[in-house]
Amino acid sequence: MTASSTPSSPIAYEARSLLCIRDDRILFEDLSFSIEPGQALVLEGRNGSGKTSLLRILCGIRLPESGELLWDGEDIFKLGPEFHEHIAYLGHKDGSKLDLTPLENLRIARGLGKAREGIELEEALDQVGLYGFEDIPTRNLSAGQQRRLAIARLLITDAKIWILDEPFTSLDRKGIEHMERLFEGHLNRGGMAAMTTHHRIGFKEEIQLVRINLSER
Amino acid sequence: MSTLSLTSAFSLLLKRDLVLAYRRRAELVNPMLFFVLVTAMFPLGIGNDTKLIEAVGPGVIWVAALLAALLSLDSMFRSDYDDGSLEQFMLSAHPVSILVLAKILAHWLVTGLPLFIVAPLLAVLLNIPASAIPTLMLTLILGTPVLSLIGSVGVALTVGLRRGGVILSLLVLPLFVPVLIFATDAVKTAIVGIPTTAQLSILSAMLVGSLVLAPMATAASLRISLS
Repeated sequence: MTASSTPSSPIAYEARSLLCIRDDRILFEDLSFSIEPGQALVLEGRNGSGKTSLLRILCGIRLPESGELLWDGEDIFKLGPEFHEHIAYLGHKDGSKLDLTPLENLRIARGLGKAREGIELEEALDQVGLYGFEDIPTRNLSAGQQRRLAIARLLITDAKIWILDEPFTSLDRKGIEHMERLFEGHLNRGGMAAMTTHHRIGFKEEIQLVRINLSER
Repeated sequence: MSTLSLTSAFSLLLKRDLVLAYRRRAELVNPMLFFVLVTAMFPLGIGNDTKLIEAVGPGVIWVAALLAALLSLDSMFRSDYDDGSLEQFMLSAHPVSILVLAKILAHWLVTGLPLFIVAPLLAVLLNIPASAIPTLMLTLILGTPVLSLIGSVGVALTVGLRRGGVILSLLVLPLFVPVLIFATDAVKTAIVGIPTTAQLSILSAMLVGSLVLAPMATAASLRISLS
């Protein structure tokens, strides 16, 4: 994509001295970190410590009060849609239409982003355990299945960085383990991730985790 | 991003909104039903004074169309905001203003076009002479998209508010007034038999202007509402 994505300098996502204020309260200030391919940023902290706000800032949905966000050395707000093709965001809300079927939802998600080569929509549904549910209205799926559909959305675009806000909500234990394998696969392919979770993450040891605790800074 | 994938994203989103509208068609009928009922009640309320009905006819049709449009506006982004789809649009690899335009077009096809289709029947009910009906239709096909386009900016600004209905009306109605003035004037002029090129040109200019500017303003407003 960009000229500077040479092997000598791998693409990194860098945050410099971020400041976030919400309702006249400073959630975090002077927060700097960088995420490199294969690394996962894990945000920890109490409820209301600004985890979701930070993830939304990383997506570019929310503006930080001050500070810089650099994708491959360039400001993400200047890059705009060009930056957006590199990220996939899974928020509190699934972002699926309940009146559409899982397959229709995925088709739209693929059209909005940059489609990943070599994966069919049915295959992505199969990978999250929704094989056989592709033609049922999403409304009729259980909460956990709807969450799985949202995760399937991550698999079908070519996004390099996955931004995940409590991705394991309403998943059963087996489902969580399965999703952890999917996330590991993404990281092993040279992807990046930024996530919050209350669940203890059971990634394999070789995955590099960058932990930031927002309430102990 | 290539132009091809942008057009396909546009048509994908347009189709999505039409399919969604079709699957919830009970809600779809509301604005049109409102439009028909309001206009149909007027002759009953006024009585058998045909001169008076004829005089207020164009105004009644257009005021009803305007209120019907206002009634339907809130649904443009509401459900997408509630279920998180809107965040996904903002993070799309395509320019948000183009995606927004697809949504506005779908919204107009679902709420504006039906008004255009039933208008001739209501014109007969309101004693508007047959010679003026083509002009009425023209004003509607030019004017109702303007209502959707201008309205989208207001909706985008208020979608994050819990009860944005009143603010939306206050925000958007003043901007609707020019359309109302020129459209009703065109129909009244056509009833008398004078050419209406001037009014129709101004309506066309409004349509072109809002078509270019509104999607960008809406995209920016949505960004503000979500942050």
